[in-house]
Amino acid sequence: MPIQYYIFLALTLFSIGMVGVLTRRNAIIVFMCIELMLNAVNLLLVAFSKMQYNLALTNNKATVAGTEAQLFVFFIMVVAAAEVSVGLAIIVMMYRNIHSVDVNFLNRLKN
Amino acid sequence: MSATQLLFWFLSALALLGAIMVLISKNPVHSVLWLITVFFAISGHYILMNAQFLAIVNLIVYAGAIMVLFLFVIMLMNLDKTTDPQKNWWMKLAGVISGGCLLMEMATLVRQAAEMKGKTVMMKTGDIGLIGHLGKFLFNDYVVPFEISSVLFLSAMVGAVVIGKKN
Repeated sequence: MPIQYYIFLALTLFSIGMVGVLTRRNAIIVFMCIELMLNAVNLLLVAFSKMQYNLALTNNKATVAGTEAQLFVFFIMVVAAAEVSVGLAIIVMMYRNIHSVDVNFLNRLKN
Repeated sequence: MSATQLLFWFLSALALLGAIMVLISKNPVHSVLWLITVFFAISGHYILMNAQFLAIVNLIVYAGAIMVLFLFVIMLMNLDKTTDPQKNWWMKLAGVISGGCLLMEMATLVRQAAEMKGKTVMMKTGDIGLIGHLGKFLFNDYVVPFEISSVLFLSAMVGAVVIGKKN
């Protein structure tokens, strides 16, 4: 498949996630849309790794050209898992104090 | 259209449908289930590109652990009731338009880029996605980030417990 198809798919998933972060009021849904954005980037990185592998294969039959991108995806998953645990702890704390997970509510607490 | 292309289009359509349903669903539990569908579609893409290790890790970590954690939080705090409809739909429209503008701008850029023309992604074969080769790279060249990520996990665990403590 040409790389543009993968780029467009990842871009569309990323912007759908971004619209979710901007639009939704429930803090948990916002968090899930952040995970969606991270996954879109993961998909794009793996597609690029296979593209580089394909390009390098024409020069050298035993190449390992695209491996770094897949390891980077692995580390992104590591960071996402750690971030989810801390973020959900924060959301639980927020719920315990104000009994709502509405992100607009925290804005009104300013005054 | 070959089987590979058919599978690519089907998985892409499933991922996009799942993503849009995550946004649209009123019930948070439905959003979680649609997001799990998206993760399955993305893992299918990984398998199509022969990134086998990442496909399995994606399923185990994201769909298996992170989404279960989300479901725990939603069910234990009784948030599965449908939230109130937002009265301000101009804000929603503004959000959708700004997201659409970002997508359009980036898609235009990609369309014009000369470096992206003619490059294809190798599907179904390729040794770099196999766990042996990835493991060799990870433990020879990238062992320091690997050890640091264990420290990151430790700090995340300690942070989560400290934040969640009742005084």
